[in-house]
Amino acid sequence: MNHFWRANRALIVASVAAMSLPVAAPASAQETFKLGIVTFLSGPAADSFGVPARNGAQFVIDQLNKGSVPSPYEKVGFGGMKIEPVIIDENGGATKQVQELRNLYQRDNVDVVLGYISSGDCLAVAPIAEELKKMLVLMDCGTPRIFEEAKYNYVFRTAAHATMDNVGLVRYMKAKNIKMDTLSAINQDYAWGQDSRADFVAAAQQLYPNVKVQTDLLPKFGAGQYGTEISALVGAGSDVVYSSLWGGDLQAFVLQSAPRGLPKRSQLVFSAADHVLPPLGDKMPDGTIIGARGSYGLMSQKSPLNDWLFRGYEAANGVYPVQAAYRITQSILGLKAAVEKAMSKNGGKKPSTDEMVAAMTGLEWPSPGGLIQMKLADGHQAIQPIAFSRTKYNPDLKRVDLIDIQYFAAECVNPPPGVKSIEWIKGGMQGAKCN
Amino acid sequence: MKKGLHPLVMIALVAMVTLAGRALPTWTLSLATIAASNALIALGIVVLARTGNVSFGQGLFFAAGGYGVALIANTWGLTDAVAQVIVGAACGGLLGLVIGPLIARYSGIFFGMLTLALSMVFYGALVKSTALGGSDGFNVGRPSLFGMSFTDPREADFMLYAVSVIVTGFAGIAATILFRSEFGLASLAVRENNLRVEYLGLSANRIISINFLIAAIFAGASGAFALMAQRHIDPQFAYWTTSGEFVFVAVLAGNQSVAAVFVASMALELVRSFSNLYLPNTWQLVLGVFLLGVILFLPRGIGSLWIRDRHRRRHISATPPLTAERGAAP
Repeated sequence: MNHFWRANRALIVASVAAMSLPVAAPASAQETFKLGIVTFLSGPAADSFGVPARNGAQFVIDQLNKGSVPSPYEKVGFGGMKIEPVIIDENGGATKQVQELRNLYQRDNVDVVLGYISSGDCLAVAPIAEELKKMLVLMDCGTPRIFEEAKYNYVFRTAAHATMDNVGLVRYMKAKNIKMDTLSAINQDYAWGQDSRADFVAAAQQLYPNVKVQTDLLPKFGAGQYGTEISALVGAGSDVVYSSLWGGDLQAFVLQSAPRGLPKRSQLVFSAADHVLPPLGDKMPDGTIIGARGSYGLMSQKSPLNDWLFRGYEAANGVYPVQAAYRITQSILGLKAAVEKAMSKNGGKKPSTDEMVAAMTGLEWPSPGGLIQMKLADGHQAIQPIAFSRTKYNPDLKRVDLIDIQYFAAECVNPPPGVKSIEWIKGGMQGAKCN
Repeated sequence: MKKGLHPLVMIALVAMVTLAGRALPTWTLSLATIAASNALIALGIVVLARTGNVSFGQGLFFAAGGYGVALIANTWGLTDAVAQVIVGAACGGLLGLVIGPLIARYSGIFFGMLTLALSMVFYGALVKSTALGGSDGFNVGRPSLFGMSFTDPREADFMLYAVSVIVTGFAGIAATILFRSEFGLASLAVRENNLRVEYLGLSANRIISINFLIAAIFAGASGAFALMAQRHIDPQFAYWTTSGEFVFVAVLAGNQSVAAVFVASMALELVRSFSNLYLPNTWQLVLGVFLLGVILFLPRGIGSLWIRDRHRRRHISATPPLTAERGAAP
């Protein structure tokens, strides 16, 4: 008995000791750039966003380290430094993310942390990076609150916030003369769903002043079964049914609503649905209006940079890239542009955090999804162009094609600096530049 | 437990652990703060478990403490760390005072399910309240201490570490004293046979209510620490997986030793953090295997590593392992 305990205790002591050893950091900091990457590898958002983002990051970092990215990103890694990624899982809640962010900076000594898909996580980690005076690049999360409720020096978001998803969608509907006297909505009952719904309704009331909101549903996140909701929507028979559902919830909703004839009765408009096109295939009703939170995937515009990402990612992963892969790509390329800008100023040394922050503030860089401009929040929040389109199944290629694609300039669908998003929409979207 | 540690020795231990924080690397400080905060709430669960009831809804008081502190901090600018802990404990305690007497009439699985249900009701209400940021939650400023504000990250982390270790340490000492007291022993008796306790002229409901209140106060204070450590609060604080994690810490620790709760909490945080770093795709599996391993090889919890045989023999009938309690419940 005693032997057992002693052995056991020795084991525990040894494992505790092993765990408390500092994680060995590579000595030649000059030669590598350690990049912490946080994305969902498990949980409901993994399949739709997290894993495509991880695959995108791996593809881009691999290509950058080989120096095979087209102009203007031909340089190896970040300004000659090889990129060394440390990838961790975003699943587990904001408490865990705050702790893991500290660990990345303080224990693993990463130079920059890049990532985050959930708005809750973004809101939670931003003040921590600011306090630690470390650079944090948010790559996706939707909520405009991050920079509208606080001011950060060390935090950047390299993608536009969710306002343009709904403003752009309503502008697209107006441009395509979609009739919308009556509107119904179905959104998940958590911040993304509630905020998207508020933005869409506010924007619709601006461009369609006579619109009547009929059925307004907020099923819980991850509900999966929408029988009752679909009955209510079919019963209302509105001109338009709007939804910000995503991932498995959106797939379930589409699969369940098609046999009930909802797509024939109402025009379906989905603010962020491109990522469900590959799994849904011919189950996606033709003529559905969808957005992709940018000009991404099948809606992306032709350019050498876009061809490189689209073909390379497809070859590596067997499926074409959708929004999350594009968003992490534009994030990594933006950071690369900032690091190299800082290095051109300091004589080619590895830049300090402050030098990188100064270089990134207000930066503009080309990405596969178009030009990214850090124009909002004193140069810390990006704006970008966005595209919308209609679905049409292509039986020859066995994939959903996107037709009637229309692009909107970044300044047409994003608020100008210094204005809160929802107030901008409700105030009639003053100052929008739509050509 | 007549030869247990003297309270003064325990105070010295707490002081030692606090001072050790000066030598720890910075990243462990905030990890230890979270571990201490989780230990505090798990300690509450252990206190309550001695009456034979396990709460699966401590997230309710955890969130009540967190939200209470966050709202008061944002409305009236109360940033003092010690005051925030007191506010958190008071919020948790007030709620415990209301819920405790109602819920004390139930036992076993009904008790567990009711606590779980109440915490999920609170979760649902929080997700709906867009004024509080809905499911995304909101941020609060960094805490100060006695009028001093800390701008250096290491000093700020150490301050939080010190406050959380001292408060949790004193809660642990108080719990030890409580366990040895007449009331603590009566709590054990309630678990064994509450009818007999009633015949002795004690109210079992009252004993359960008081233990429940203590657990709620600990949970509220723990919520305040979690808030101070991460400066952000969201409804996840009240979610059932959060509550479940605290029960896990209590299971890992076993209920033989108060110190085991701290060790278990720290071990869980370390395993979680390193598995997430080295095995980002399978960290949950590592965590699960770790928990299974402890349950299989240390069925009486981590505490059984240093609580000796003779000690156990004395307590063997009085304190069946918490795991058995959980096993029996569903």
